Amino acid sequence: MSVSNKTPVAFCRLVPKKMNPLNLFTVFSAGCKREWQLQVRRKGDLLNPLVFFALVVVLFPLGVSPTEEVLAPVAPGVLWVAALLAVLMSLDALFRPDLQDGSLEQLLVCGYPAAPLSLAKVLVHWLLSCVPLVLLAPLLGVMLYLPWQAQGVLMLSLLLGSLTLSLVGAIGAALTTGVGKSGVLMTLLVLPFYMPVLIFGTGAMQAAVGGHDATAHLALLGALALLALVLAPWAIAAALRIAVSGE
Amino acid sequence: MTTTAKKTTAALLSASKLACERDERLLFSDLSFELYAGDLLQLEGPNGAGKTSLMRLLAGLLPFSEGELTWQGQSLNTCREDFYQSMLFIGHLAGIKAELSPLENLHWFAALEGVQDEALLEQALYQVGLAGYEDHPCHQLSAGQKRRVALARLLFTQRLVWLLDEPFTALDKAAVAAIENLLLEHCQAGGAVILTSHHALENLPNLKVLSLGAKLSGSQP
Repeated sequence: MSVSNKTPVAFCRLVPKKMNPLNLFTVFSAGCKREWQLQVRRKGDLLNPLVFFALVVVLFPLGVSPTEEVLAPVAPGVLWVAALLAVLMSLDALFRPDLQDGSLEQLLVCGYPAAPLSLAKVLVHWLLSCVPLVLLAPLLGVMLYLPWQAQGVLMLSLLLGSLTLSLVGAIGAALTTGVGKSGVLMTLLVLPFYMPVLIFGTGAMQAAVGGHDATAHLALLGALALLALVLAPWAIAAALRIAVSGE
Repeated sequence: MTTTAKKTTAALLSASKLACERDERLLFSDLSFELYAGDLLQLEGPNGAGKTSLMRLLAGLLPFSEGELTWQGQSLNTCREDFYQSMLFIGHLAGIKAELSPLENLHWFAALEGVQDEALLEQALYQVGLAGYEDHPCHQLSAGQKRRVALARLLFTQRLVWLLDEPFTALDKAAVAAIENLLLEHCQAGGAVILTSHHALENLPNLKVLSLGAKLSGSQP
């Protein structure tokens, strides 16, 4: 490194030439950009849930039976449960690094509502860890003899479902941020709220496998996702405030 | 001290009879002070006296058990957003992301200020002595350099009140002097600063000191 340490330390005030009018949208997109850069650089954290998801589904036939009669009926359930646990696992450390380096405090005192800014964080996390999971799912579906007509429904239901799971899980992650290693506590807190998503998700797939219309289940999953999208950020922000005041 | 000698301008931030409890332990009580435009207030006290707690309490990160805080004459409970938009808080942990480069860290803080001026951010890094480190991730930097990244925010922020918790930690003498000048300049321009520090801060005239700890005294000119 040939950096000279002789640079002048001046600390003079600088007057910006270009100022944005302060608005929430620019801050929101700046928050998204920052999260994206951060999470892309933590490759291990992104790969972990994917590997977990793949391993569970790959090991399942080895443990039970690799025949179609056994695997085909349980495929929707196995895929969904494995995906749900993978999402849950990925969320555990969502806010802890931020608490440890003070970013969380900055988020709460920055003068902008904390809810949209924490939503930015969760959305980027969803894009980077749940969407790859959804893309991987059909491949694993084939391994479990999931019929072709159910593949589309599998992806769509996981896409909608994982959004709800991420948002609801983030509430639990925010609440347990200050508790140290809190995997179990967070799981206990959040799992009851995961039940409806699991039920409608597997319901949609059972319907598709049986050749029925899955729209009703998917619509319910979509409704849950919208509800979580609107309400969860406020709960996350309130939970983060509690976590920070406990420090 | 009292309202009889009220200045013509209203206090920016005023606290009356604040008390703070942590884990059933009373850190301080009956703490009152007023912060006017142009004031530089140093919180002083032994370790564990509650300096950081008071700082976090002022920033709204800790609840206080008794007393009242007002911002420009209004109770802080009713105008928190207003206050946050004119306040800059840099805590012990400054919110610098180790994975990001100094420039990327500053991008976020600049976005919070509405500053959208790439050249200005590079200029800021140059001024705090981090020219050439723009693209190194912050975990490669020393503690003092990280602190400099955090303090680079002060160069372009438009906010009125600065709350700085131990801003001089890990900084070398030249940087401490430079920051002192910056604080002075900010106060002369009508801003206000509250800071905690164990440094002597000799170069700062009209420094007010608020002592926490054994016996609480008010602010003394």
